[in-house]
Amino acid sequence: MKKIVYLDNAATTAVRKEVLDEMEVYFRKEYANPASKYRFASAPFAAVSEARTQVAEAIGAASMEEIYFTAGGSESDNWAIQGVCSAAGEGHIITTAFEHHALMNTCKSLEKKGFSVTFLKPSAKGYIDPKAVEDAIRPDTVIISVMYANNEIGTVQPIAEIGAIARKHRITFHTDAVQAAGHIPVDVVGMNADLLSLSAHKFYGPKGVGAMYIKKGTKISPLIFGGMQEFNKRAGTHNVSGIVGLGKALELACEEMEEERERITGLRDKLINGILNNIPHAKLNGGLEPRLPGNVNISFRFIESEAILNLLDFKGICASSGSACNSDSLEASHVLLAIGMSHEEANGTIRFSLGRYNTEEDIGFLLESLPPVVEKLRAMSPLYEDFIKSRTL
Amino acid sequence: MYSDKVMDHIENPRNVGEIADAAGVGTVGNAKCGDIMRIYLDIRDGVIMDAKFKTFGCGAAIATSSIATEMVIGKTVQEALSITNRAVMEALDGLPPVKIHCSCLAEEALRAALWDYAQRNGLVIEGLEAPKAEEE
Ligand SMILES: Cc1ncc(COP(=O)(O)O)c(C=O)c1O
Repeated sequence: MKKIVYLDNAATTAVRKEVLDEMEVYFRKEYANPASKYRFASAPFAAVSEARTQVAEAIGAASMEEIYFTAGGSESDNWAIQGVCSAAGEGHIITTAFEHHALMNTCKSLEKKGFSVTFLKPSAKGYIDPKAVEDAIRPDTVIISVMYANNEIGTVQPIAEIGAIARKHRITFHTDAVQAAGHIPVDVVGMNADLLSLSAHKFYGPKGVGAMYIKKGTKISPLIFGGMQEFNKRAGTHNVSGIVGLGKALELACEEMEEERERITGLRDKLINGILNNIPHAKLNGGLEPRLPGNVNISFRFIESEAILNLLDFKGICASSGSACNSDSLEASHVLLAIGMSHEEANGTIRFSLGRYNTEEDIGFLLESLPPVVEKLRAMSPLYEDFIKSRTL
Repeated sequence: MYSDKVMDHIENPRNVGEIADAAGVGTVGNAKCGDIMRIYLDIRDGVIMDAKFKTFGCGAAIATSSIATEMVIGKTVQEALSITNRAVMEALDGLPPVKIHCSCLAEEALRAALWDYAQRNGLVIEGLEAPKAEEE
């Protein structure tokens, strides 16, 4: 197979070798259930505790007992919203119109059960105004949930300000930090978070394991009932290898964060400028500052994103579309519509997300491969034909 | 995932372009749902001599319009009506279920071009109806 140029690191990442090595021990050698009481279980028990400490330190939690392991970002998001709402019984949810589906669809399901939900609209640049959050607060508001960084357009939200507002009004505050953790600093105390979701596979850890930070004293019911694991709040035999992998991957990501952030931001800006300077009718979506180091989201007028992805795929380049078309839904992306884009623009949008294994060469290769792809599709596009004709009239 | 046939038509679409002074042109779909197809037909003595297409849409939309132009060239107007969405799908060795609408669109674009031809020439072609108006 041809070389793969993987530019879809926001979808998932490769597990780091150092991480895999540590995980491996707990599959075959130290396979005991950490909840068992014999000495053979002490190594996996200690490993889970160590991972808990690693996560607590990485996000600035006051205690490791505020870290709960889950089966990923989707579970953490579901738990945050459902757990708080179930404990409250009824009330009002404030969230945004551009959350990940894991969060958005959870809120919509609660709406059907009688909760009311405010979906705040981001600005055209992709930011939530803290003032709008404050204005949306009602006496019965039970939770405010605003994502830290958007998965499609990479914009980083003013979480600390929003958290301060939530704290002032004594409302539980959750943030989905799935795209942020391991990439930009996370400080649960500084941002006044009561709940925070993260997921290992977005920072070179394994898939299917995540964590939730729950500040002591937060009123939240379990989502998964059963055994006594996770301080009696999240049942299920521990995914020991996964948890070990999450802890190690997050620790490494935080150690290297500053360096990597600078390097990847450099690649990102090179890519953005390279595209905008060489391809007409292309536009960057989402503000540049503050933005995730690896996120590039661009709309190409007159052409459709899945066709772009297909042609890039022939060259070994992996990226993803802004529209959810390639995920078997034919709807335009709710994120792009939320920042005010038309369906047509949204349907021509590509997300390139860069990560630790991307090099200058990758960016060079993409910048070489992309213009002919766009040109080829425009030559095929009736919209482009009409546009050219309307200009020459 | 797509069949090899579909991938081939995405990578090497046949008959891309326009026909100046085409005998019939049909445009269907809209950008909102993500697909627009336009088919141009060159028709002489009731036989389709040439066909070209332009498509805005996903890979399946490109492949269905590409193969539809291939299928229609050399056929009589009456024979062209036998090119249904099912025939287009079969010619491509199938499509994923969410992409079946692309084959319908290819059939509609073809029929819209034939309708345009019939209108321009005051012909009544059995089995051919006016294309449905596009709702916004
Ligand atoms: C912002 C955001 N939240 C939640 C998730 C879901 O995480 P997971 O895939 O671990 O369930 C993702 C990942 O796609 C994400 O990007």
